[in-house]
Amino acid sequence: MAAHEAHAHHDAHGHHHHEEGFVSKYIFSQDHKMIGKQFLMTAVFMGVVAMLLSILFRIQLAWPGEESDFLSFFLGEKWAPKGVLSESMYLGLVTIHGTIMVFFLLTGGLSGTFSNLLIPLQLGARDMASGFLNMISYWLFLLSSVIMLCSLFIETGPASSGWTVYPPLSALPQAIEGSGQGMTMWLASMSIFIASSLLGSLNYIVTIFNLRTKGMKMTRMPLTIWAFFVTAVLGVLSFPVLLSAALLLMMDRLAGTSFYLSDIIVGSEMLENHGGSPLLYQHLFWFLGHPEVYIVLLPALGLSSEIISTNSRKPIFGYRAMIGSILAIGFLSFIVWGHHMFVTGMNPFIGSVFVFTTLLIAIPSAVKVFNYITTIWRGSNIYTPAMLFSIGLVSTFITGGVTGIILADSALDIAVHDTYFVVAHFHIVMGMSAVFGMFAGVYHWFPKMYGRMLNTRLGYAHFWITIIGAYGVFFPMHFVGLAGAPRRYYDYTVYNEFNTESFDMMLDLNKIITFFAILAALGQLLFLFNFFYSIFRGPRAVQNPWKSNTLEWTTPVEHIHGNWPGAIPEVHRWPYDYSKPGMEDDFCPQTVPLMEGEEEH
Amino acid sequence: MSRLIVLIVIVLGVLAIAQLVRLYELSSKLRDRREEDIPNRDNKLNAGLLLAFMFFMFGGFIWLMWTYGWTGRGEAASVSGVQTDWLLNLNFWIIIIVFFLTNSLLFGFAFKYVRKPGVKAYYFPHDNRLELIWTVVPAIVLAIIIILGLKSWNEQTDDASKEAIRVELFSKQFGWTVRMSGEDNTLGLFDYKLTNENNPLALMTTATIQNAIDSMENGMSGIKALEKKLNDRTIMLIPEERDLMVTDLDRKERLIRLLYQMKARHGAKLDKQAMDDVVFTEGDTLYLCKDQEYEFNFRAKDVIHSAYFPHFRAQMNTVPGMTTRFKFTPSVTTDEMREKMNNPKFNYILMCNKICGGAHYKMKLMVVVLDKKKYDNWSLKVSYNDSKKHQEQLAKILKRKPTPAERKEWLAASKTFKNVYPVGKPVEAPAAGPATSDSIPAGGAPMPGDSVPAPAGI
Repeated sequence: MAAHEAHAHHDAHGHHHHEEGFVSKYIFSQDHKMIGKQFLMTAVFMGVVAMLLSILFRIQLAWPGEESDFLSFFLGEKWAPKGVLSESMYLGLVTIHGTIMVFFLLTGGLSGTFSNLLIPLQLGARDMASGFLNMISYWLFLLSSVIMLCSLFIETGPASSGWTVYPPLSALPQAIEGSGQGMTMWLASMSIFIASSLLGSLNYIVTIFNLRTKGMKMTRMPLTIWAFFVTAVLGVLSFPVLLSAALLLMMDRLAGTSFYLSDIIVGSEMLENHGGSPLLYQHLFWFLGHPEVYIVLLPALGLSSEIISTNSRKPIFGYRAMIGSILAIGFLSFIVWGHHMFVTGMNPFIGSVFVFTTLLIAIPSAVKVFNYITTIWRGSNIYTPAMLFSIGLVSTFITGGVTGIILADSALDIAVHDTYFVVAHFHIVMGMSAVFGMFAGVYHWFPKMYGRMLNTRLGYAHFWITIIGAYGVFFPMHFVGLAGAPRRYYDYTVYNEFNTESFDMMLDLNKIITFFAILAALGQLLFLFNFFYSIFRGPRAVQNPWKSNTLEWTTPVEHIHGNWPGAIPEVHRWPYDYSKPGMEDDFCPQTVPLMEGEEEH
Repeated sequence: MSRLIVLIVIVLGVLAIAQLVRLYELSSKLRDRREEDIPNRDNKLNAGLLLAFMFFMFGGFIWLMWTYGWTGRGEAASVSGVQTDWLLNLNFWIIIIVFFLTNSLLFGFAFKYVRKPGVKAYYFPHDNRLELIWTVVPAIVLAIIIILGLKSWNEQTDDASKEAIRVELFSKQFGWTVRMSGEDNTLGLFDYKLTNENNPLALMTTATIQNAIDSMENGMSGIKALEKKLNDRTIMLIPEERDLMVTDLDRKERLIRLLYQMKARHGAKLDKQAMDDVVFTEGDTLYLCKDQEYEFNFRAKDVIHSAYFPHFRAQMNTVPGMTTRFKFTPSVTTDEMREKMNNPKFNYILMCNKICGGAHYKMKLMVVVLDKKKYDNWSLKVSYNDSKKHQEQLAKILKRKPTPAERKEWLAASKTFKNVYPVGKPVEAPAAGPATSDSIPAGGAPMPGDSVPAPAGI
C-alpha cells in the first residue's frame, strides 16, 4: 500500500512510529478510521440480516398460510413447516428485526461509524481521546452482534416478545417459548451492547471537549459534530437506565425477584411474585427508548446538514438555530417517554404532561426542516447520490414527523395505539430517515474511508429504488393502521369474523407493501455490489472531491495514523463559507484565515 | 433444480452489472470525467426526477386516501369515539396541509435551483425574522392541538359516573372473560390466589377462601399430600423430582399463610358484592346497551394484554397485578351499524392489541350492542336471582305474574356467580354459549337472539 510513503511524513513529524502488522492494523486496530470502518462493515452485515428477516415475515403477511420455497429455504422444516412460517417464529422474526435495526444498525452502525470517522477528522485531532477504549467499544459491539445472531439458531427460538420485550411475557418461558434461552441471550447481548455504546459515547464526549484543534471553537464546529455530541450525551444518560431495566429483568427471570411480576398464574402454575409492576419496566425501557429515537435520528440529521450545505454550495441556513434545535430536541427527548404508555394504565394526568412535552418537540423539528428547505432555496444544487439521500431524508422526516402529532395526542393515540399506523410512523420518521442519512454518509465519506469513489450511476439507481420502495411500503401501512389493524398479528383472519371488507382491504394493502419491500430489498443489492466493488476497484479519489470546507478533506487520501502528516491544521472560520460574496471559489476551507476586513458569519 | 437456476441467474446478474460498471468506468476515463464531477445532464435528470417523484408521491397518497380513506373501521360507535374522530379529522387536515406544503417546497426548490453553469448560489446564512416565523407559527398551531387534545383526553379518562355499569374484562392467554357487576353494580373483590377450576376469576367470598385453603392443604398435590410423600421412606424419588417437590411445598406453605391472613381479614358482609356478579364462560359474547355508560375494569391473569375496541375507539392495557379502567358509552347498536355499513354480517369486536404469545392474533371477543328493550330482557335473564325486584321485572316481560315453575327455570338459566359456582362443592359450570333466546322459557318476551344472530362460531 502507498501508506508507506505517507509514513515518511509521519516519521518526519517526530511521532513514535512502528511498523503496523496486519493484526494491529485491521483487527485490533486502535485507529479511529479503521474502527469506524469495522463498525460500518458489521452494521452492513447486521442490516442485511435484519432486512432479510423482514422480507420473511412480509411474505407471511401478504400471502398468509401459503407455501413458500423462500421461507422453507431459510427457515427449514422446524420454523416453516411445509413452507408456512410458524406462529412462534413470526414473533421471533419481528422481535429480532426490530432489535437489530434499532440498536445494531442505526445506533451502533450509524453513530459508531460516523462518530468514529468524523469526530477526530473534523475537529483536527490525531485520534480519539482513548484509542484503546475505542477498540474495546468495537469488540464489545461485535460480541453482542454475534450473540444476537446466535440466538436465531437455538432450539427454543429467539426472543419473541417484541423488540420492547415487555415483562411478564419476556420473563416467563411458560408463556412463550422465546422467553427461555432466546431471551437470556437477548438480554446478555443487549447488556454488552450497552457497555459498548457507553465506552464509545464517553470517548466521543471527551474528544469533543478536549481535542479540538486551535481555533475550533464550539461555535465553529460542523453540525455533524454537534449532532454526534448531543447523541453521545443522550446515550450516556439513557443507556444505563436500559441496562438497569435489563438487569432487573434478568433477576426476575433467574433469581426469583419480583420487580416486574405480581399476582401471576401462568398455565396452571401460581407464582408467588407479588408487588412488582410491569409498568416499572416500561418506564425504564422508554426512558431510554425515546432518547434512543434521537440517538438514531440526530447523527443522520447532522450528516445531512453537512451534505446539503456542501452540495447546495450554500451555508446551512440558521447555523445557531440548528444547534439550538439539536440541543432542544436532546433535552426534550428525556421528558417525553410517557407517550409510549398512554394506554398502559398510567395515571391520565401524567399522560397529559407528556402530551404537552411531546408536542413541543415538533417546534425544533419544524425549525430544522424549514432551515433545510431554505438552504436548498437559491442554492446551486449538485445531485450527488449523497445529496439525493439527504433530500430523501428531509422528505421522510416531514412525512413521518407529521403523523407523530396524531400519536403524541393522547386522546387520538387511544384509537391508533399499537396499530400499523404507529409502525408506519416510526419506520418512516426514524427508520427511513436514519437509513437515508446513513446512506448519504456512506456515499459522501466513502472517498475518505477507502480512498476510492463509489459509482455514481449505481448510486442513483440505488437511491431511486430505495425511496420508491420506502414510500411504497410505509404509505399504505398508515391506512392498514387507520383501518384498525393491530401490529404483531400473524395474520388478519380474525377480521373475517366481523368485517370481511376490512379483511380484503388489509390483504390488498399488505400485498402492495410486500411488493415494495421486496423491490427495496433487491435495490440494496446494487448498493452492496457498488460498496464492495468500489472498495477494491473503484476509481481513486482526490483529496477534496466535493470541494468541502471541513477539516477531514485536508488530510491525505491515504490513511495515516495521526491523520495529518505535518502539524495539525489551525481553524480560522466556521465550516459553511460556501459561495461567500467576494470570494473567487465557491468554497473556503476552515483553515483559510479571514481576509482583511472579512467578517465571520 | 429451481434453486440452482435462481443461483445461476443471480450470479449472471452480478457479472452483468460488474461488466456494465467496468464499461462505464472505461468510458468515463476516455472522456476524462471524474466520478465526483456530476455532469449537468445527470444533475438536471435527477432534479426532474425529484419533481416527478413528488407528483408520484402526492398521487399515491391521494389514491390511497380516495380508495382506503380513514373509514376502514367505519364510523365511531361510541359517544367519545365520535369526538375522537372529529379531532382526528381536524388533526389530519392540519398535517396533510403541512405535508403537501413542506414537501412541495422541498422538491420544488430542489428542482428549480439545480446547478446552472455560471450561476452562483445565494449566500444566505441566517435571517432572524424567518426563523422567528417558523418557530412561532408551529407553536401556535401546536397550542391549539394540545388544548383540544387535552380537553378530549380529560373527558375520556375522567372517572365514570355512578350510573355507569361496572363490567370486568378478564384476560388470559388467549381469551377474554366477562364479569358483570350484577344488581348492586359493584364488582366483588378478588385475589389471584383463590383461582381454581371452580373459581376461574378468583372472586373472594368466605366460601372461596375456605375452598382455596382446603384444596391447598388437602388437595391432590396439597401440602399434606406433599409432606406425606416426602416423608414416606418407602418411596424412592429421583433428586430432581424431590427438589421440585420441596420447592413446591415451600411455596405452598408460604401461600397458605397468606390465605389464612386473607381469611382473617375478610368479612362475610363483603360476600354479597361477589355473589350477585354475573360471570360468563370464557369467550362468551359481551352484550352492551346503547346509550348506557360503561366502566370497564381490566384484569390480566398471566401477561399484559390490551383490550382494543376499534369501533368504539377505545383501548386499555390489561396488566397483571393491577386493575386498569376505561369507560365509554356505545351509541350505535349492532343492527344500526350493519345497516349503515350495508353489511349484514358486521359485528363489533374486542381484540387483543399487546403481544401476548403465539396465538395473540386469535385472542378476541365478540361484542353486541342492543337497544334498551332488548338489553333489559337479556340482562334480566343472565342475572336473575329471584329477588322481588327481579320477579317484578320478569312479570313485566311475561306481561303476567310468573309461575313458580317459570321462576325456577329463569333461576336455573341465569349466570350469577352464586349459581355458576355454588358455595362448597364444585359443580360443572353451565354449558358455554352466549346468552341468547335458546334457553329462554316458553312464552318469553322477544329476545335479542331473534334479530341479532349470535356472532359466528359461538
